[in-house]
This record gives sequence, C-alpha cells and structure tokens, in this order.
Amino acid sequence: MSQPLGSFPGGLKLAGQKKRSTQTPIRKMPLSEQLILPLQQHIGAAAVPIVKVGDKVLKGQRIATPNGHVSVALHAPSSGVVTAIEDKPIPHPSGLSAPCIIIDTDGEDQWIERKVTEDFTQCTDHDVRQIIRDAGIVGLGGAGFPSFIKLNPGIHHHVDTLILNGAECEPYITCDDMLLRERSQGILDGIEIMQHALRVNNCVIAIEDNKPEAISAMELALASRSHLTSTSVMVIPTRYPTGSEKQLIQVVTGKQVPKSGLPIDIGIVLHNVGTAYAVGRAIKHGEPLISRIVTVTGTDVKHAGNFETLFGTPIHELLSFCETKRQQGEPFIQGGPMMGYNLAGDNLPVTKTANCILVGVDNATQANDPLPCIRCGDCAAACPVSLLPQQLYWHSRAKDLEKTQEYNLFDCIECGCCSYVCPSEIPLVQYFRFAKTETMNQEQERKKSDAARIRHENRQERQERERVEKAEKQRKRKAALAATKAAKAKKDAELAAAEAAKDSSEPATDNDAEK
Amino acid sequence: MFRLSPPFLSGTRRVTLHMMQLLLALVPALIALVFFFGPGVLINISLAVVTALATEAVMLKLRNRPLKPFLTDGSAIVTAVLLAMAIPPLSPWWITVVGIVFAIVFAKHLFGGLGYNPFNPAMVAYVLLLLSFPLEMTTWLPAAGLAEQALTFGSAFELIFNGQLANGAAIDTLSGATPLDAMKTQIGLAQLPSFIIEQPLFGIFGGLGWEWINIWFAIGGLYLMYQRVISWHIPVAMLTGLLTISSITYLISPESAASPLFHLLSGGTMIGAFFIATDPVTATTTIKGRLIFGAGVGLLTYIIRAWGGYPDGIAFAILLMNMLVPLIDYYTQPKVYGSLKS
Amino acid sequence: MFTAILAIALLALLFGLLLGFAAIYFKVEGDPIVDQIDKLLPQTQCGQCSFAGCRPYAEAIANGEADINRCPPGGEPTIQALADLLEVEIKPLDDECGEEKPKTLAVIVEDRCIGCTLCIQACPVDAILGAAKHMHTVISDECTGCELCVEPCPVDCIDMVETAPNPNTWRWPDPTQENVIAKEQQS
Repeated sequence: MSQPLGSFPGGLKLAGQKKRSTQTPIRKMPLSEQLILPLQQHIGAAAVPIVKVGDKVLKGQRIATPNGHVSVALHAPSSGVVTAIEDKPIPHPSGLSAPCIIIDTDGEDQWIERKVTEDFTQCTDHDVRQIIRDAGIVGLGGAGFPSFIKLNPGIHHHVDTLILNGAECEPYITCDDMLLRERSQGILDGIEIMQHALRVNNCVIAIEDNKPEAISAMELALASRSHLTSTSVMVIPTRYPTGSEKQLIQVVTGKQVPKSGLPIDIGIVLHNVGTAYAVGRAIKHGEPLISRIVTVTGTDVKHAGNFETLFGTPIHELLSFCETKRQQGEPFIQGGPMMGYNLAGDNLPVTKTANCILVGVDNATQANDPLPCIRCGDCAAACPVSLLPQQLYWHSRAKDLEKTQEYNLFDCIECGCCSYVCPSEIPLVQYFRFAKTETMNQEQERKKSDAARIRHENRQERQERERVEKAEKQRKRKAALAATKAAKAKKDAELAAAEAAKDSSEPATDNDAEK
Repeated sequence: MFRLSPPFLSGTRRVTLHMMQLLLALVPALIALVFFFGPGVLINISLAVVTALATEAVMLKLRNRPLKPFLTDGSAIVTAVLLAMAIPPLSPWWITVVGIVFAIVFAKHLFGGLGYNPFNPAMVAYVLLLLSFPLEMTTWLPAAGLAEQALTFGSAFELIFNGQLANGAAIDTLSGATPLDAMKTQIGLAQLPSFIIEQPLFGIFGGLGWEWINIWFAIGGLYLMYQRVISWHIPVAMLTGLLTISSITYLISPESAASPLFHLLSGGTMIGAFFIATDPVTATTTIKGRLIFGAGVGLLTYIIRAWGGYPDGIAFAILLMNMLVPLIDYYTQPKVYGSLKS
Repeated sequence: MFTAILAIALLALLFGLLLGFAAIYFKVEGDPIVDQIDKLLPQTQCGQCSFAGCRPYAEAIANGEADINRCPPGGEPTIQALADLLEVEIKPLDDECGEEKPKTLAVIVEDRCIGCTLCIQACPVDAILGAAKHMHTVISDECTGCELCVEPCPVDCIDMVETAPNPNTWRWPDPTQENVIAKEQQS
C-alpha cells in the first residue's frame, strides 16, 4: 500500500450517510417496458442514429454511431423494437428535451453476437481504444467524457502513473464502493487493459479511508494477480472533494495539474473505477456499455441500495422499485447533495452519467433567503482550488464578466464547499454557474457579430465593386459613342469642306457674265 | 421552500449564531466593568441597544428592506454593545444616542447596510464622539477602590440622564484620568514609567481594574476562537504587532516607554483585538491579508499612544486599517490551483 | 511682488512645457473610438436605430449625433457596455427605436417563394442563398434576425422564428432574480 504524497487546502468534512445504501449487495433492476435513450449522454457531439423507427434491435446492438472525434456510440440495452426517434425530456437542470431513441422491449433480453477478445495484449493500443469507443464507454464518475480519448497518450506525452478514482467523496453515493467490494476482479481486468493502452505499468487505486471493505476487497483481488507489481491500493483521507480529478491528483502525487492544462501534461491519467470495470467487460466479454450501477438512497427511500440499471430505464420506475414516498411530479436529486441537481419530471431516463438518485436529505431545513455577504472569508478558506469565491460573487452579481475571468472563474470546479460554509446562505455556486454560461454565451455572440460584420463589409465591398464596374462600363460605352460621333462629325466636316472648296474654285459664271 | 439548488445539505443561519456567541463572550468582561466602574455601563448598553434597533428599523423602512431578517441578524445589537462598552460609563444619555444613531445611519446604512460598510460603525461613532465632545468623552471614573463614594444604580441613572446627582455633585467631582492618559502625560513630564506605575491608579501590570477587564476580554476572545466565530489571525497578528513595537521601544529607552505588558492590558487593546478588529465586514478576507491587517492595527495603536495626540489609539488604528483593506486584499490573493510549478 | 509674479509665471511655463512634452512623448495609439463602439454593437445591420447599419450608428455616436440607447437587438448589455466605454450614464432603451425581443431567425416558407431575389438584395449580410427564378433559402447560421427581408417579399413568405433552446446552449438563470435579498415591499 502506498501513502498519499499531498493534500489540498480547504475542503470539508461531511457526514457520509453511506450506511443506508450499503446494507444489501448490488441488485439487478428489472427490465422496463420502454427504454428512452438520449443520443447525447456524454461530453461532445451527440451520436447519430443508425436505426429507423420500426427496426428490431438486439441487446447490445449499436443504434447510434459517434459523430466526430469527441463522441461515442450508443447501444440498445435490451432487445425490442425502435418505436420512435424524437425529442424527449432529459435529466438536465434546464428541463429541456433532446433527441432520443425510444425502444419498446420485448422481454426476451436477447444478446447480439458478442466479440470476445481473449488476449488483449495481442491487440495494438489503437485497436483497444477503438473497441472502447465503439462500446460507448464514457467516464462513469459523473462527467461522461469519452474514455478512449483519455486512454490515448499521443505521441508527445509519456504516462507515468495511472490513477483509479475510488474516492467517491460525495455523501450518499456508494456505487463505486459496492463495485469495489463485489467486482474488484472485473475492475482489475479493466485496469490491465488501460495500462496496455497507455503503455504504463505504474498504477494507484485511490480509495477513501471510510471504505474499509472496499479496500480489503481490492487488496485481496490484487494479491491474486502477482504480475501487477506496480499496481497498488492507496488509502486516502476522507475529505470532500477528494474525488475531484485535480484534487485527487494533488493528494496522490503532490503535484498540481498546470492551469489550462490536462493531467497528461504531468504524465498522469485518471479514470473512475466504474469506467475501468466497463472497459474490462467491453474487451474481455464483448459487452458494450448498456447499464451502470445507480445508488438510490435518501430519507424517503424504503429500500435504499445500489442497482444495476439498464440505460433508458425511467427513473420513477427505479424509485418505485425502491419504494419511495415520492409522489408523481415531485422533485428528486440526481447526483449527490453537493453537486447534484433537482429534477422534477416523470419518465426521465437513467443515463450514463446518473450515479445516484437522492430522495430526501437528512436534517433538511427550510431554505432561507440569503443575507448580504458579510465578507467573513470563510468561503476562501474552504475553497480547494484556492480561489476567492467572495470576489467572484461580487463580480458575478455585478455581471462584470471580465473581472470574474481575472479571478479565475473557469478554474472553479463547482464543488459547493463555499456555498456550504457561507453564514449568509448565499448560493455562491449558482452565481458562478450563471457567470460561466453568460461568459460562454457572450463569446458566442461576439463570434457571431464579428462574422456578421465581415459579411456586411464584404457585401458593401461587392456592391461598391459592382457600382464601379457598372460606372466604368457606362463610361466606356459613352466614350465609344462619343468617339463614333466624333469620327462621324469629322467625316461630315471633311465632306463639307471638300464641297466648299469645289464651289469656290469654279468661276462664278452667271453673276460675272451679267456685270 | 426547500432548497432549489445545491448544496442540498442544510446550513443554519449562522450570522445570527455568530452574533449571539459574540455577545456571550462579552459577558465576563461586562461583569468586570460593572465591578470596577459601577452599573453605568449597563444603562448605557440598554439605551444603546434600544436606540440601535429603533434606528435600524427606521432605516430599513426608509430603504424599503424587509425588517425581520435584518433586525434579527444581531449586527446592530453587537455595534450597540461594543460602543456602549467603549465610552465612559457615566456619559450623558445623549452621547450614547448620538453615537449610535450616527453609527447605524451614516456608518452602516448609508453605505448599503449589513455587509457593505467599509468602516467599523462602532469605531466611527466613537471617533465622532471623541472629536465632537472631547470633554464628555474623557470624563472617566476611577476604578472601584479609588473612588470616594461607591456608585449605586440609582445614582448612575441620575448622572446619565440628569447630568448631576441629587445632592448636586456633578460628574467632574467624581472623574479622573485613565491609566493610559496618566501614563502619557507623566511620561511627557519626564517621569519614569516604573515610577508612574507605582501610583494607586495602576494595578499590577496595567491600570487598576483595566487590566482585569482586558484579561476577561481576552478570555472571551479565546472562547470565540474555540467556537470558530473568529479566526486566530487578526488577534494574534495585532497583539504580536503591538508587543513587538512596544518591546523594541521599551528595550531602547525604558525611561520613556511603558512596558509591553502595560500596553497589552490597558485601554481597548483586548476588546479591539478580539471583538472590533475581527469584524468580518470591515476586515480583510484573505488569510495573509488578515495578518497584515492585524499587525497594522497593532503598530498604529502604539504609534498613536506613544507619539500621537490621544491616550488610546485603537479606534483610529482600526479605521486607518479599514481604509487599506481593499489594497491589502488585492495584493494578498492566494495562488490558484495550477499556478505552482511541480 | 514682482519677483513672485515672475516666479509663478516661470513655474507655469515650465509645467506647461513638461505636460506638453509628456502628451506627445507618452501618447498611446489606441483604437479610434468609432472602431471601439462598432465592436460593441451586435452587427445586426437592421437599421432600427434609424441609421443605415451598425457602422453609421457607431460613427454617429462618436460624433455625438446619436445617443447610446438606440439599439434594440443589443439591448441592455450593449447600452451598458457603451456607457462603460464612453463613461456616460446608462439610459433605458429608446422606445421609439423598438423593444428588446428574444433572438429570432428568418425562415423562408418554400411553398410560397417565387424566386424574385428581392430579399436577397435586401439582406445586409448576404445570408440568403438563391438566384432569379430559383428557390431562396436563409442560411440560419449567418442570419442576424434584422428582419429587413420581410418587407420586400411580395408574397409574404418569410417568417421570423424564435430559436428553440437546447440543453447545450441553455444558460443558468441569474440567481439575484431568483432569491431576492431585499424584496421591494409592494407599496
């Protein structure tokens, strides 16, 4: 076992509230009648459907292909018929809809033919990444970034250490804990594949110290794989938000990821243990990503626990299975209590990024209207990124977006530590999210208006050019006309002159003779 | 309405809680004040609190703000209590009222109310009173044990509201110089501090009575630190600053500088260090900034006491450092994650 | 007294020369103000400000002929930005120029289009694709929503459609509006 080399400032010690959902092993959620699959369950471009309404699909069949580089495929979680491809409400804080593929299951749950790779060491790392991309695997810690991209060191980077994130620092969430307890061998399968893809041996599996069962299970699994000499479990102190990528890297290695950089810049790659498990299933068993473990917990849940759930399962069915006190249409929280968001809709599907559904927080109190900021500085003391939330708050409130950038607004990880400690109960993170989307929107508008200005100027130039050409043509025509006129006039004049000369050279006969 | 946005974990309305704890921490020192200087301070506090709440209510109404959250946040009460404890115990009632009204109206609400004032309202009021009514503000009672007649509650009441006792004796016949005042004047007259401190006006280290009051303020302050209402940076920085400069001058010329311990336990040192300079609204917010702020208050206090025109410099020192807060905050920003080279 | 006057006069001359020297030597070449103003305008080229496009309006503002509150597509953010740049007071949008509306894009109803090219000629950013007697269509990425094409169309086949929000362009709401710290008492 290795020791952590660093720590981060600030952070919070929160009550874990994990016991409620770790009393029972992982259970399988029964098959739903209808599965709603958003085409975008990951960061990047939405996948493009390759099936049509009415197509029969098998379990694990690809139903949408990646669109561009930062994109992954989507697969049917069960066999059935595609009944619609349309906009449906998605689990997003905006409450908006997005394109989804809807499958009515036939209850057979029939698998497509799976391509098993017996020995992944025979494949190139490129092939491995391709399989992972085609399997639709994204980061299962909650962000959903396409994993194959994070398994590509590229030509310029060398990977020193692979870190597996088993921290799970947010209260209530226990899906990674249970996965470590029950499926450590599967996780190690994935880890070995990832090491192959990254060409690295050094690996640290970081687990918080409030998960002793998970630690022992993983150590036991590791012991049976004696060839993994450079892979070890690291027990890290329980502190929120240790599970955040940059903070975990700081704890494990003592190093900081450079500003506007990526972990690979310091030779580190970090993946969630759930992602590793999915990678193992994809390569070793040929199974694309079609389900994940979801924690369902909270004071209003009767049978809290962790459930292996197919994507597209309506959340309210999951909640009914666990018997909650929630009525139809009442809000629930997707994610943890610090970084999750309120959703209030029925028929919202479980997606690749849904790690926890929370109904009822312990000791919940009425929300008060915030008081003015009393400038106590507790928020700065709690910030794990060493930002100044107070200054960010003042400037976000004043909509002075340039100043928020000066105070490193986009380095904020939205962990919520500052909002938690604020004595005036100011929703600080909401201000920062607002400032961020406003800034991005402003950037977009600026780009558009610059483009419009250029088009307008080009049009004016074009019109000017046409006008000048027209004038030039006219001038030429006029000149040509004038020239012909002048030529004709000259000719006439010559003729007239010749006539006149002829007249004057002949003697005047009649007149002279008479005199 | 339950929370609509994260974090969904509850937090109590801690502003009120902090203010209540602050008032609790003032109680031991208050008892010492009453013991040494009579019950006048209690009357002042009651008068100040009532005036403060009334003024705050009027200002909130004028500014179209809701009354309940702001009247119950406790900040006006704290300002009132601190000011009442800073002024002489037998000040006429109108001193207290003028001070409080000025503090609440000008130093707090005209800047925007809770959280928006750059200057500490209690200190602004104190300075206003000191400059406008120097006679009343320097009329201090000698500590119990020195006074010819012990003061009862009734006589205190009469003195505050009537200006004189029933038997015709006015305040002048009762008052005397404070230890800081005496020290300053007599050093100016080339007396040795070690000799000065033998006088009955002084106790073991500092002024009689005053040293105990300061100790109780310090104990209250330690309680606040334990309860995490205030952080250690400002008090420690301020006392260290004061201690350092007074030690240096004492070592260089002990014949014209009072001992460091005298300075630490006299006047408003401890109440300033733990209760007034730590006011979150007017102090710096960054950690490094707090150390600079505290040290500055300590240094300025000594400078004004030793070489300035007033016996005690806490109020001025705090106001001067309040002015520098935006500058200090700007230059003490912490290094954001990712800016350190590995 | 004479020496005093002389001294002051010399000093004034000296400082005047110093200032003049500094003004020339330390002069910073900045963007001409018209360009800076133009950068802040939304480039819709709609003419609602009563000038023939954003650049003429920028020039008018720079000359002091026009006020900063005449741009409806720019709305409040533009007025605020202009006020900051020119250091003048913020004013509300001038009613006679129009009102702030959500962004719309022009869409040609192809069933009715007769291919007359009148809209193509009207579009200030050349965002309409088409030719005489051929179908016209609006390139939505380039359309600024200025509505100048709607009038010239003889068969009234252009609709202004609001852009539907999608989760990728959705913006978080302003928290100050949501949880008002000091609710204005309804008087």
